[in-house]
Amino acid sequence: MIKFKNSEITPENIYKKRRSFIKSIGLGASTLAMSTIPFVNKSLASERDKLTSYKDITTYNNYYEFGTSKSDPYRNSQIFKTTPWDITIEGEVEKPIKLSMEEISEMFISEERIYRLRCVEGWSMVIPWMGFSLSNLLSKVNPTNKAKFVEFESVYDPAQMKGQRYPVLNWPYNEGLRIDEAMHPLTTVVTGLYGKKLPNQNGAPLRIFIPWKYGFKSAKAIVKIKFVENMPTSSWMWASPREYGFYSNVNPNVDHPRWSQSTERIIGEGVWAPRVKTLMFNGYGDEVASLYSGMDLKKNF
Amino acid sequence: MRRYSKTLVFFLSLWPIYVISYQIIFNQLGPEPVDRIINHFGEWTLIFILLTLSMTPLKKITKSLEWIKFRRMLGLFTFFYASIHMLSYVGLDYRFDFEPLINDVFKKKFVFIGFSAWLLLIPLAVTSSERMVRLLKQNWKKIHRLIYIIGIFGVLHYIWLSKTIFFKPLIFLIILVILLLFRIKITRSASKI
Repeated sequence: MIKFKNSEITPENIYKKRRSFIKSIGLGASTLAMSTIPFVNKSLASERDKLTSYKDITTYNNYYEFGTSKSDPYRNSQIFKTTPWDITIEGEVEKPIKLSMEEISEMFISEERIYRLRCVEGWSMVIPWMGFSLSNLLSKVNPTNKAKFVEFESVYDPAQMKGQRYPVLNWPYNEGLRIDEAMHPLTTVVTGLYGKKLPNQNGAPLRIFIPWKYGFKSAKAIVKIKFVENMPTSSWMWASPREYGFYSNVNPNVDHPRWSQSTERIIGEGVWAPRVKTLMFNGYGDEVASLYSGMDLKKNF
Repeated sequence: MRRYSKTLVFFLSLWPIYVISYQIIFNQLGPEPVDRIINHFGEWTLIFILLTLSMTPLKKITKSLEWIKFRRMLGLFTFFYASIHMLSYVGLDYRFDFEPLINDVFKKKFVFIGFSAWLLLIPLAVTSSERMVRLLKQNWKKIHRLIYIIGIFGVLHYIWLSKTIFFKPLIFLIILVILLLFRIKITRSASKI
């Protein structure tokens, strides 16, 4: 189980205890978000750690395959077909494999993982994902000694995905991680949220989530995972290399040319709520900072 | 009917205010209300720049002078919405914390150009009265040509702040280019005479 030392997110075990308590007194999941304060010690409970509502998580999305406005993914993804769905793991591996969604859900047990999502645009949500560590999935293959990076490829289906009919990005959506980043226990394969099946607009049937990186690194609707030798060029790097780097770690000290990254707005707060300070590595520094020791994070943004 | 047309345009021009008031009262601003308010007034500022720039071409096309009497009002509404747009950024988003704001103006080209466009609107608003037109004579026209630069700055501001030009920024750009091309045509044909 992952330990959340100084990260500000409510630790999973406390959330679970809280949940079982709430269940025992017979309240529904919707009251969870408001129930934080009485059950957690004070240092852990603050406005920014409150779970974002299911409605906001599922209606305010950046998913350009379904359109460029925040409400487009919800509107345009409802009839998207996610069955059958296969995922291939290939590239610099001894024996490539192909797994169906059914096989994956049989092989790996999804658990609740509450992580903060920090968008490069300067807003954040706290989402109770369902998922498991990517390392479990990757351990099903043996990478060759040439393998240095992992590339994720999202589905390409312009017939179902309106946004892909226009050259908004170079489709299919492409992302990547260094192998040690991909193998880190916090790097999650997401299959659901709020205890439910993953909604289409959030990347169904299966997406990646990397809590310490800006949201766009976490590719949705994955069909291919490829071990490669050279650093992959992600879709956003390809679109604007000056703005989007390969690492894209949440870093309040390195500004994006358009958005200041030192603060963020919390989704679901009112008009009068102030911005809050953005945390280095999105608050997961204790777990992941060692991955980048000795690296100039200003240069490797 | 014609007598009331200006009043009608005035109340129609308040449309963005009706919309945002409704959304505030009925809690319809969505998950990122501050962003929503800023973007709402930003978009309407651009729309009003384009509307203001449409009056002269409409005059030429319809051969009716009617349009010109709306031009000043639409221009002032542009300034009004631009000011609310900027104030909501300064006040609601940054809570008048000027250090990061000044940082933004000089570090982020979209803020720089947007702020410049707002500054350029000030002399236009100040010299908009009938008295100023008479006082400034030929210079008035020269000053008010600034609106072309403001239009270009405004659309660039939108393009630069968007992650991709698709589709709204592109639509604004196309309309602006068409409206500006009209000017080139007009001055060319005028110079031939």
